Amino acid sequence: MRYDVAIIGGGVVGCAIARALSRYELEVILIEREREVGFGTSKANSGIIHAGAHAKPTELKGPLEWAGNQAWGPLHEELGFGFKRVGELIVAVEEEQLDTLEKLRQQGVDRGVPGLELWDGEQVRAEEPNVSEDIIAALWAPTAGVVNPYEATLLLAESAARNGVTITTDRTVTALSSDDEGTWRIDTEEGVAYHSRFVINAAGLHSDEVAALAGVGDFTIKPRKGEEYLLDKRLSGIVSRIIFPCPTPTTKGILVIPTVDGTIMVGPTAEDLDDKTDTSTSEAGAEQIFRSVQRLVPGISRKDVIAEFAGLRSISSTNDFIIGPTAARGFINAAGIQSPGLTASPAIAEQIVGFLDDEGLKLRERDDYEPTLPHPARFAQQPLDEQIRLAAADPRFAHLVCRCEHVTEAEVVEAIHRGAHTLDGVKFRARCGMGRCQGGFCTWRVIELLARELDLDVTEVTKCGGDSWIALEREDVADPTEVASVREEVPT
Amino acid sequence: MITTQPRQIASAYDVVIVGAGPAGLAAALGAREQGAESVLIVDREREAGGILLQCIHSGFGLQYFKEEVTGPEYAERSLEAAIEHDVDILTDAFVMDLTEDRRLVLMSPEHGVVIVRAGAVVLAMGARERTRGAIQIPGTRPAGVLTAGLAQKMVNLHGYLPGRRAVILGSGDIGLIMARRLTLEGVEVAGVFEIMPYANGLGRNIVQCLQDYDIPLHLSTTVIDIHGHDRVERVTVAPVDEELTPDASRAWDIPCDTLLLSVGLIPENELSRTLGVRMDPLTNGPMVTSAMETSVPGVFAAGNVVHINDLADWVSEEALIAGRSAARRVTGNPHPADNIRVIPGENVGAVVPQSVSSDRPHRISFRVNRPILEDAVIKLGDVRRRRVRALAPAEMATINIAPRLLESFHGDALRLDAFAAAEEG
Repeated sequence: MRYDVAIIGGGVVGCAIARALSRYELEVILIEREREVGFGTSKANSGIIHAGAHAKPTELKGPLEWAGNQAWGPLHEELGFGFKRVGELIVAVEEEQLDTLEKLRQQGVDRGVPGLELWDGEQVRAEEPNVSEDIIAALWAPTAGVVNPYEATLLLAESAARNGVTITTDRTVTALSSDDEGTWRIDTEEGVAYHSRFVINAAGLHSDEVAALAGVGDFTIKPRKGEEYLLDKRLSGIVSRIIFPCPTPTTKGILVIPTVDGTIMVGPTAEDLDDKTDTSTSEAGAEQIFRSVQRLVPGISRKDVIAEFAGLRSISSTNDFIIGPTAARGFINAAGIQSPGLTASPAIAEQIVGFLDDEGLKLRERDDYEPTLPHPARFAQQPLDEQIRLAAADPRFAHLVCRCEHVTEAEVVEAIHRGAHTLDGVKFRARCGMGRCQGGFCTWRVIELLARELDLDVTEVTKCGGDSWIALEREDVADPTEVASVREEVPT
Repeated sequence: MITTQPRQIASAYDVVIVGAGPAGLAAALGAREQGAESVLIVDREREAGGILLQCIHSGFGLQYFKEEVTGPEYAERSLEAAIEHDVDILTDAFVMDLTEDRRLVLMSPEHGVVIVRAGAVVLAMGARERTRGAIQIPGTRPAGVLTAGLAQKMVNLHGYLPGRRAVILGSGDIGLIMARRLTLEGVEVAGVFEIMPYANGLGRNIVQCLQDYDIPLHLSTTVIDIHGHDRVERVTVAPVDEELTPDASRAWDIPCDTLLLSVGLIPENELSRTLGVRMDPLTNGPMVTSAMETSVPGVFAAGNVVHINDLADWVSEEALIAGRSAARRVTGNPHPADNIRVIPGENVGAVVPQSVSSDRPHRISFRVNRPILEDAVIKLGDVRRRRVRALAPAEMATINIAPRLLESFHGDALRLDAFAAAEEG
């Protein structure tokens, strides 16, 4: 069959586009290389919905940041992912930074961002008593928020799928060609080919390679790594707003982030790389982050780290978003989506819909479009009488799976039925394994539930697809009598 | 294995115990022997016994049962004793909340969410393992990095293997035991790496689990990088200097698909913290009196939830005291309040209990911060002195104190010191 639109890449941008297109009577397919959507940059970032004042008006980023910001509230209502408009404080510790704060404030005011206020140090500490005495002023932006970016991505894809979009994973695009009638052929490493009138390039870090496959490779993408550290819930509430240092021309700096779930997260670093697969964390990164955030919030220490990760931003050679039609007819870019890409993604999606309209794609709204998803029941957050009622109705609600985040079997089973195939998929949907024990208690329970619900063998369950197996059968490991005693010796 | 799932949960018990490991089972026994009429143990696992069930090796019970048994046998004996004393044991259940007036909210698939009132509560939740995040090993995040205890559960309870070639970081006892277990299962163990200049597990485990199987132990060496995208492919290890800083210039790579972590245990005190009991930052557990009572009256604690023990036997003995004290409280016969604090002094990390009473004998448990290789002295104020062969951080030490020793002591605190006899003077 021929699709109307094929989206390459199932990050937050690709999924937002898929979901925006699912409003119309179209045949749409989304092609993702990982086992589940959102497993690339979208799962590993700061999860900030920026206030709308950061990006310069001369860049594409600026207007899309503010338009995107406003879209997150309604999306959260419809889809039910974690989102809180906690606001942000951009703080100054030196006199010369006051100009920057004022410039940011004016930039936001010009764009129509409401509520921006300059606070003096005393006011900052009155609202956030745990910030440093060195802070002399701050720009308060109540429109900023925090979101669970992996959850948002997964639910955007689920909403798209429920409205008829085909989501296909574990498919890596290897070739693109178009015929005289304007149909694109999309070949994949797995040997499956798809045909579509339009191709949207939302391939994130690999969008330069995908553009080159289409013959319009006129930009490059370099990864810029950001390390993040999650802290023990002991520190929950040490700040209630996102704390930004005063930005420099190249970076927004290292933040203190009160996440939706109450965990404090600190990061990111900004390190330019060549390797698009290097998501390693480093001692240097940790040192830089903690040195930096301790200047903003002195009570934070490395002793409280429970987990760390790194993600790669897609930095284009233009240092801006690259969005729009190309010289290749029907091939449209949504590339170079660096910060504030997560914030902007719903607005980018609407812009892509606009381009498709301009290019002659007929957009007729579906009668049966359903914008809302059932919101996952979070047992731990219910009042006692509701917990008693839920447990009486379904004993799986009274069966604990994750002890740190108090996740029940009913929630894990729901996550699996709604698309989780892997341990990480369950973690991102139901939070199992995100707490301080980092899966020590629940991992085996989740493996068993994945195996049971998906009719898999335990050895087929993976952490995140591909070769990320977890358990082996005894028979698949060498016979103990035959193991060569080749031991590691210290090199001399 | 024997299980006793109560058909119904009463709305009130004399004593409710959280956790059915060695601490919980012994506390139940102690409570019943001391006169508590109704005792309930709640455990989140499917079977009672706690971590003992996956410790299929022997070496348990020499002290408590006067006979060497395996972990599951130790659990079974403890469980049988509890069952003989008509203790209700509810497994697959979880304590969601515990309030100061000892109201517990429980959940269990069989009984739903129920509220239970307790005359006394014993916290016996045990410990959890430190994870990669806690020690911040740099590198990628592939599958194949797991705690030694999770690997032990996988192998011994479920019959699967975690990989084909493993590196073990940390020389804690579970890591040592797993080095041997994996070798016996046909998994190649490339070595055990310990950042400290001394091993963190029991001496007998170094001999029986590593030396007997020709598994190298690299002291003052640690893992500084993890490589691999989907699955671990190799790790980088490096020697460390006296400040524990790795020397990257002397690092080397080890191909492996599995990295097991045996880097310490953390007392499992979510519930204690929610309740607001006073914690000891040295043990990461509740402060306890000699009756094993926490700062919240009527709430007792025992075992690894209080401090990390090296032997299950110690846990059982301590929990018997907690259970008896809980029963004494509900039967209106409590011990007199403690009148002497015990304070950790020279080379002593933490002490349990943190106070004693001059009316009855006590055993004080502690660990040293640094090893004393020969001829060590343990000194408790001016009232007691004991010479021992050696003291190591990995092995819990104890000192007993009899009431007669305190007859002439009129202070309010005793300091516990440990040092080499040669250094005295």
